[in-house]
Amino acid sequence: MDHRLAFHDVVPRHHKYHRISDLGSFEYTYKAEITSVYKLTELENLYRIRIIDAEDRRHFSFRPGQFIMLELPGIGEAPFSISSSPSNHEDMELCIRTAGNLTGVLSRAARGARVGIRGPFGTSFPMERMHGGNILLIAGGLGLAPLRSPIAHVQEHRSMFEHVDIVYGTRDQSRMLFKFQYEMWKKDDINLHVILEKTDNGWDGPVGYIPKILEDIIKSRPDTFIEQTYAIVCGPPVMFKSVCTMLAERGVPMQKMFVSLERRMHCGMGKCCRCNVGSTYTCLKGPVFDYWTVMNLKEAI
Amino acid sequence: MLFRVIDKPELRSLFDMLAEKNTVVGPVETGKDRNGRPLYAFEEVKDFKILRLDYTTTKLPAKRYFLPFREELATFRMKDDDWTKTIDYNIDKPLVFFGLHACDINALNKLDKVLMGPVYPMPYYAAKRMNMFIIGTGCEPQPFCFCRSMGADTVHHGFDLNITDIGDKYFIEIQSAEAFEMVKDLRTADLSEDDHVQYMKTIAEKNRKFTARVDTTDLTKILDMEFQSPVWKQWGDKCLGCGTCANVCPTCYCYGVEESVDPSLQKAVKTKTLYSCNVVDFAEVAGGHNFRPERSSRLKYRYYHKHRGFVEAYEESLCVGCGRCGEACLAGITVPEVIASVRGEEQ
Ligand SMILES: Cc1cc2nc3c(=O)[nH]c(=O)nc-3n(C[C@H](O)[C@H](O)[C@H](O)COP(=O)(O)OP(=O)(O)OC[C@H]3O[C@@H](n4cnc5c(N)ncnc54)[C@H](O)[C@@H]3O)c2cc1C
Ligand code: SF4
Ligand code: SF4
Ligand code: FES
Repeated sequence: MDHRLAFHDVVPRHHKYHRISDLGSFEYTYKAEITSVYKLTELENLYRIRIIDAEDRRHFSFRPGQFIMLELPGIGEAPFSISSSPSNHEDMELCIRTAGNLTGVLSRAARGARVGIRGPFGTSFPMERMHGGNILLIAGGLGLAPLRSPIAHVQEHRSMFEHVDIVYGTRDQSRMLFKFQYEMWKKDDINLHVILEKTDNGWDGPVGYIPKILEDIIKSRPDTFIEQTYAIVCGPPVMFKSVCTMLAERGVPMQKMFVSLERRMHCGMGKCCRCNVGSTYTCLKGPVFDYWTVMNLKEAI
Repeated sequence: MLFRVIDKPELRSLFDMLAEKNTVVGPVETGKDRNGRPLYAFEEVKDFKILRLDYTTTKLPAKRYFLPFREELATFRMKDDDWTKTIDYNIDKPLVFFGLHACDINALNKLDKVLMGPVYPMPYYAAKRMNMFIIGTGCEPQPFCFCRSMGADTVHHGFDLNITDIGDKYFIEIQSAEAFEMVKDLRTADLSEDDHVQYMKTIAEKNRKFTARVDTTDLTKILDMEFQSPVWKQWGDKCLGCGTCANVCPTCYCYGVEESVDPSLQKAVKTKTLYSCNVVDFAEVAGGHNFRPERSSRLKYRYYHKHRGFVEAYEESLCVGCGRCGEACLAGITVPEVIASVRGEEQ
């Protein structure tokens, strides 16, 4: 008798919906096109990207705080937070700092360049849960990039929130991101507080670190402010640690503060283990965590 | 599960049956070590005579057949300003594994949990795993084997056929329908009362031979409590950060991804390379920040992933106790010693 074993072919015939349980979605990239590059600062550009296939574009949806893997064929792939409104299904925006190989090549890419996109991946800021409350959106440096998506949600649902404050700390005026949006935010009844680390020519705003300005905001609000407040904090670990510690001392419960962690990522799908904090996958259980969870992760801060 | 016994010469018929139309991988002797003891490796076997089912252990697991050290995830063709991506899972035929020990089959079962679970199953692994025909075989516990402590000394699923030498016969367990089809063409017999007795005796004898042990009682909790323990620093001072332990481990699957472009600028490849969390840049991010700059924090992380994180996720640890990492480590770091020291036990 012939004992040739049967070959089981797992190559998917089609992969239209990219469910996370489909083998075919693992390495599937949406082909996308850079539709504009806008220089924000010396280091950061805002890239507007559009998935080419109209049907794919309709299916692609994300929540504020999620990230994508951006692929430049032959150069590499890296994680970036989506920095635009989830309700815009035409284009998404990425605010990217030139930091190395891939981001360097990207900074020289022209409009029309074709890139690959996988995702969206990871957890998001639970915006609906915050409806009815106050919201503090706190960013240090490049942390404003992931914050721009929840900010867009707030703008589009402004009546669902009470006090909304953006607190943004950065090094100096040349590093300020999204300057063109400040007036719009104010127009939408969002208080914007910018604090610089260094005194700067022609800067008449506050100088110092974020907790200082937060202190003033909290003081100026009614006593009931803190109990109805949620916070979203994005920035380097030292920054979110000091901010969250301070807010916790003022009475914001740890599970009402959300942070986004940055780790090295090579897959975004809980496989390569590069993103692990302790033994938690940042790409699956994060990047957005509530602060209570972060405090309980070994080696998080 | 169906149980049968076969006469010893029948094993060769089974091999020939499988090898005639399929590729067979199994343990073979590749040389001798300094002390004249044979060294073994998993390789393609065409002739039953070179198959060494009495092998002690292999330096490297059979991992290269299902998690190759380097693997192409995709290729790109570039034309003008556009590109197309082609994905290949790098397998085109089934492979027969003739003679895996329980630990190595259990290692596959553990990998299945992460790599074939409901959340982003990995097709490169799944495609290979689904095309494995596995024949397990009994083993002789070595001084470094602590599989019994890890609950990996016997295997309940994840194979097709399991063969145990019970003296003058082989006791066989038939797990899959494919295996049943094979066995139909062999001369088998039902188990006699004496075969039962012989099997129990064989198992009991094997159990008596284990010497290495790891106490896993409350280990996740103890690791949690001992995160700041000074023993990590001591082990970290010894560790060379070479990553050999992950390389030889049948359950280590971490990796990195890189892309490179052909000088013609018309082709590019995306490559996955197995990596080790003990290597210095494992957790380094843009801007140069390294989340685990010290060797001690990386070594500790490896133990936390295997003996705490994985247990929390899957109720079992990501270590089968094969002892390969300890045998291969130039610094002499072994799992039983590390765990004992964390538990505050003198070695
Ligand atoms: C969830 C998440 C969201 C992010 N969002 C943004 C964002 O909105 N804007 C932004 O500018 N940056 C963001 N980053 C950081 C961004 O991923 C890195 O800047 C990028 O990977 C650098 O790639 P490169 O090829 O240019 O650098 P490389 O030349 O590869 O290396 C530069 C440094 O980056 C590290 N690195 C390499 N690959 C990765 C990787 N896959 N993940 C992390 N670090 C890596 C290297 O260790 C090295 O230190 C985010 C990171 C994460 C994890
Ligand atoms: S534990 Fe041993 S094998 Fe592993 S990295 Fe350290 S020195 Fe190398
Ligand atoms: S950690 Fe060591 S003993 Fe455990 S499975 Fe891996 S190589 Fe074997
Ligand atoms: S990025 Fe690969 S496991 Fe999280």
